[in-house]
Amino acid sequence: MTNNRLLPYLLIAPATVFLVLLFVVPLVQTIALAFMDNGVASLTNFRKMAGDLNFGLSIGNTFLLVLAVIPLQICMALVMAMMIQKLDKGRDLVLWIWIIPLGISDLAAGLVWLAILQDRGYFNTVLNMLGLVDGPVNWLSYEAPVSLFVGVVLAEVWRATAIVLVILVAGLQLIPKEYGEAAEIFGAGPWTRFRKITLPLLKPSIQSALILRTVLAFEVFAVVYALSGRNFPVLVGEAYAWQHVNQNNGVAAAYAILVMAISLAATVIYIRALRTPPEMQP
Amino acid sequence: MAGIRIDAIEKRFGAARALEQLTLDVEDGEFLALLGPSGCGKTTLLRIIAGLETQTSGRIFIGGRDVSALPPRERGLAMVFQNYAVFPHMTVYENVAFGLRMKGAADAEVKKQVERAAGLLHIEPYLERYPAKLSGGQRQRVAVARALAVQPAVLLMDEPLSNLDALLRLEMRSELKSVLNSSGTTTVYVTHDQTEAMGLADRIAVMHKGVIEQIDRPQALYERPATRFVGGFVGSPPMNFIDMPVKAGLARLGDFANPVSTGRDTITAGIRAEDIAVVERGGLPFDVMVCEPLGSTLLLTGRVAGQLARVAVRPDAVVAPGDRLNLEPSPGRIVWIDPANGKAIGQAA
Ligand SMILES: Nc1ncnc2c1ncn2[C@@H]1O[C@H](COP(=O)(O)OP(=O)(O)OP(=O)(O)O)[C@@H](O)[C@H]1O
Ligand SMILES: [Mg+2]
Repeated sequence: MTNNRLLPYLLIAPATVFLVLLFVVPLVQTIALAFMDNGVASLTNFRKMAGDLNFGLSIGNTFLLVLAVIPLQICMALVMAMMIQKLDKGRDLVLWIWIIPLGISDLAAGLVWLAILQDRGYFNTVLNMLGLVDGPVNWLSYEAPVSLFVGVVLAEVWRATAIVLVILVAGLQLIPKEYGEAAEIFGAGPWTRFRKITLPLLKPSIQSALILRTVLAFEVFAVVYALSGRNFPVLVGEAYAWQHVNQNNGVAAAYAILVMAISLAATVIYIRALRTPPEMQP
Repeated sequence: MAGIRIDAIEKRFGAARALEQLTLDVEDGEFLALLGPSGCGKTTLLRIIAGLETQTSGRIFIGGRDVSALPPRERGLAMVFQNYAVFPHMTVYENVAFGLRMKGAADAEVKKQVERAAGLLHIEPYLERYPAKLSGGQRQRVAVARALAVQPAVLLMDEPLSNLDALLRLEMRSELKSVLNSSGTTTVYVTHDQTEAMGLADRIAVMHKGVIEQIDRPQALYERPATRFVGGFVGSPPMNFIDMPVKAGLARLGDFANPVSTGRDTITAGIRAEDIAVVERGGLPFDVMVCEPLGSTLLLTGRVAGQLARVAVRPDAVVAPGDRLNLEPSPGRIVWIDPANGKAIGQAA
């Protein structure tokens, strides 16, 4: 009897210990690092962070990136998922091809787009061949913030839409097809069915995808770093720079805490805003 | 005018044939029951009429219009799904109102129709609830109300009362019948419950393995089944089938003999349990095995020359297992069936 009651806890113990060691301990250390200066509690690190020239810029850039990338990804993934849903044959193959970027690390993805967009990259070569430009154009330079931003957005969308797609396809498959059929019988056209039936029933999946993607988007770093170095400062990039360039792990920890706070806030907002009351679930 | 004409519809799922060259006419305002065992293709046929499934070949006409290639919403019908398909994210009210809203009906009209439909199906107390908080039977009634609310010219129902308790089902059955009758709705009603089909329908189409075995008025179907399958499926208890040897144009078993016209040396007699009288001597010898008092009759199960048979006798008859009775079937009501193909032999009925 007692054995039986202990068993579930025993079974989750390894995972719990693992998480405590590798997550909670570093978290506590990071908090300690951020809020201490020479062994005393202080906000020095945060003051230093806020006073830095790149601070406002990196916050602005990160938010701009999130605001541009996330809606684009959700919309694209929704369209792609709906299209896949309509396929009878070859559906798995298409899904397979569409989620290939999932298997590529974000640094590699950044390098792929660097190869395309740099001075002597594929993009310029094509433009040159078409006679649209003469000589290489520097799309990723400090002086071309718009094309730099577009490049980063493109790379992020290419790299990370697949995970949203996977979540939405899984969610769509959970919706029995009779709901759409019933709506169709009672006179709803494709757009109405999407808005009144599919979208509301897909809300839990959209919520999961949003939370996951937003948290990851606030942590964007490798893609940006590969494409622009520090020409396009973002929050995690600044943390990296403070840690490794300025050798100040206190300020780096302060950045880490800030990113965590923003991610948490975004998650709470999504959970609140996209709540599906239990009685409205199938 | 909204009769349905089903013209040589065939449906294959890969190699498997769900429907074979099925032709069927449902008249305007008629209540047709599709009756058949599980897996015989009832739902498939209904979905093809609705346009949710594409036929492999054949055509569908509704009200004289070829709708074979039209999407469901342009066919002008309503449907009750076998698994309800009540929208979980809408209240019962909004579910019932859905079809009217899609037509752009004014709020007052929506309210009126929703209340009428909800009243018919006794779901007024749940109008503000979400379907997740309803029982299966309540959800099923919401699905029926949703279909009735649009006052369709053609109504397709896939086992709409299967989840109700016996009493409520009886009540809903008669209400449905009177509502659909007075509105002149052409109805195709799928069920595998033969009492329901008998009670509701103007005509019953009995389906078996993707074909319609027989289509007729309930009483005719009951009295003159065209095949052994129909006789066994319609009516409770099922029809008795007793094989008899034929000699010189006479089917003979025990002391029972009857002239038959067949070239074979055996014939199957299809006899209803209530079309049999117990007599003093002669007739078919019947060894009683089980007695079941059903209230209005006493149902005896036993054997005639080793073949299983059921007989309904007066409830006050004194019979016990082990008794031997003499049975006299009323000759005019026997359905003679060719045992080779299971088809009834040319009766002039
Ligand atoms: N989508 C499908 N793919 C393959 N086979 C199918 C499909 N839908 C139905 N079938 C087959 O077609 C046959 C008829 O199915 P259908 O659902 O029409 O039966 P039914 O008469 O409605 O049965 P029930 O009374 O159990 O609801 C069955 O053998 C079933 O396995
Ligand atoms: Mg069915």
